[in-house]
Amino acid sequence: MTTEARGVTKRFGDRVALRDVSFSVGEGELLAVIGPNGAGKTTLLSILAGILRPDEGEVSRPPEEIGWVPQQPAVYSKLTVRENLRLFARLEKVADPDAVVARMLEQTGLADRADDELGTLSGGNRQRVNIAVGLLADPPVLLLDEPSSSLDPRQRERLWEFVDGLAREHGTSVVFTTHNVAEAERWADRVLVLADGEVLFTGAPQALHRDAKRTGVDFETAFVRFLRAQGH
Amino acid sequence: MRWLLVKDLQILRRSKLLVGLLVVYPIAIALLIGIALSRGPDKPRVAFLNQVPIGQTTTNVGGRDVDFTDYADQFFDAIDPLRVRTREEAVDAVESGDALAALIIPPDTVERLNGGLGQAEVEVLYNGDALKQSFVEATIDAELARANAALSRTIGEVAIEDLRILAEGGEIATPLGRQTLLGLKRARDVLERSLARLPADAPERDGLEQVLRFAEQALIGLDFATPALRAVSEPIRVRATVLSGSRTPLDAFAVALAVAVSLLFIAVLLASGVLALEREEQAYGRLVRGLVSRAALLAEKVVLAAACSGLAALAMLCGIGAFTGVDWGRLPLWLVALAAGALGCSALGVAIGALAREVRAASLLGLLVALPLAFLALVPSGAVAGGVHDAITVVNALFPFKPALQALDAAVNGADPGVWGPAAHLLALAAGYGILARVALRRF
Repeated sequence: MTTEARGVTKRFGDRVALRDVSFSVGEGELLAVIGPNGAGKTTLLSILAGILRPDEGEVSRPPEEIGWVPQQPAVYSKLTVRENLRLFARLEKVADPDAVVARMLEQTGLADRADDELGTLSGGNRQRVNIAVGLLADPPVLLLDEPSSSLDPRQRERLWEFVDGLAREHGTSVVFTTHNVAEAERWADRVLVLADGEVLFTGAPQALHRDAKRTGVDFETAFVRFLRAQGH
Repeated sequence: MRWLLVKDLQILRRSKLLVGLLVVYPIAIALLIGIALSRGPDKPRVAFLNQVPIGQTTTNVGGRDVDFTDYADQFFDAIDPLRVRTREEAVDAVESGDALAALIIPPDTVERLNGGLGQAEVEVLYNGDALKQSFVEATIDAELARANAALSRTIGEVAIEDLRILAEGGEIATPLGRQTLLGLKRARDVLERSLARLPADAPERDGLEQVLRFAEQALIGLDFATPALRAVSEPIRVRATVLSGSRTPLDAFAVALAVAVSLLFIAVLLASGVLALEREEQAYGRLVRGLVSRAALLAEKVVLAAACSGLAALAMLCGIGAFTGVDWGRLPLWLVALAAGALGCSALGVAIGALAREVRAASLLGLLVALPLAFLALVPSGAVAGGVHDAITVVNALFPFKPALQALDAAVNGADPGVWGPAAHLLALAAGYGILARVALRRF
């Protein structure tokens, strides 16, 4: 089932953070939202997650059907990995919390650290717990806000393999933001370029290359030239 | 809400240092305030030099022996005496700081009191800082006033007895020894009998009738003199009536105060801290996007802080009760007062947590609010200008400490205005602070 945002506009006082943003993401699709700082990426994800309300427009799914993984791990550092997962599983009212927790521990490779307090884990492992919490209710759509920003290259690779598996094997629609356009090119099926709250481009990464008419350069250079060509 | 409560209790269980400080700090402050209020200051150390020769400390007032060492004993109950033998030693003791003051009884004191040389005098030497000097000065003045009053009372009683004998007749002590007085009433009777036996035109009748009138006028005058003398010996008698306010003894009030201070600090710091922690751990956004409503989240924090602070305060009250004479039969009222106080203070705490948004800022703001509240609630009405007191009354009414203190004082000591009024006030404040916190969450 496709998830859509239609004509979403969000203002903070006089400043327009998002202006008439519309897009869709299909089942099992990976959509990367990229753009410069202040483009409105986190605001867009917060609206999709139901944390912020749009001033205009709508999202086709209710927040309960959308898993949300914020940029900073939104978990309790004084609780163990298992206690964090169990708490959110109970709050999500999943049918069998202990079974779901066991499955998520296995799926995220954290079973051997299950009884460690979160505060003692590395940034990468905390981010894995953060993602696991977002997946507890087995949502059809998963939102990831810059999920790899605090990870080293090896952890990033494992994270994206895991996320890719979710989309390909479970059919989960994944929308993620990132500053790393190379990651977007490698893992996303489509990219959505956002600047100053407006959608400048939606399509496959290769299409962005063509639009930049610089097929001889890498994706990041093509992206920067595209932004300049659009006046950003 | 149940799972959030369990989660917060798990976090508290693992934050031993924080919880320890949260409990120990307010209890230490509460006990210090309680001890300071319930115990009077230590007796001032006063050098004492009695130059009255041994064996000459007794004077005779109207035939009654008065020993001045009795007054000295009373004085020693109020001070810590440092006995010295000479005036120089007394001066040294004060100058060196061994004593805050010196009281010197000159050798002619009793002699002067016996009436020969005018009013008796004692000498007082002071030292020390202004506060201590004021205290010792007040103590010595009070004790000398007591001694003067006791002596005046003795002299007055002797004079009243002498007047009675003058009117009724009897034996009276004089410098010439004990004398028997006829008395005005018997003299009047003798005169009346004599006049009755005299012929109507007897020349002695006129003089005797004048003496008889004098005796009757003197008796009338003496009837007025006795109460007048009583009034002089105690010119102003105090009849105390408490119209409003607490009639609780200070040490019993200190129990309620100590418990209320602990309740306030634990509830405010805990409620503000656990709410701000949700934002600091970034979990707030995750919780309120459908898992928990904002109102339920606030309610959970209030319940948690109220339960923890209420239990700590109850434990403290029971602990104090084990060593003092609290009325255990009032336990149900304690629970009402503690529950209402804990809810009011916890609601204030969540409002502070919602406004501050960070744990450290919330703790600092909590302390900045709680300390002045505890201080303002103790300012008595006569101690500051009327306008200032009105302002303090308004502030006390807007925050939960004063009503919590009133409810606890009523529950523990039976003080006015009872438990239910302050409890209703606290619940209204809890609702108000809950609304304030809910509004503040919009920018959390």
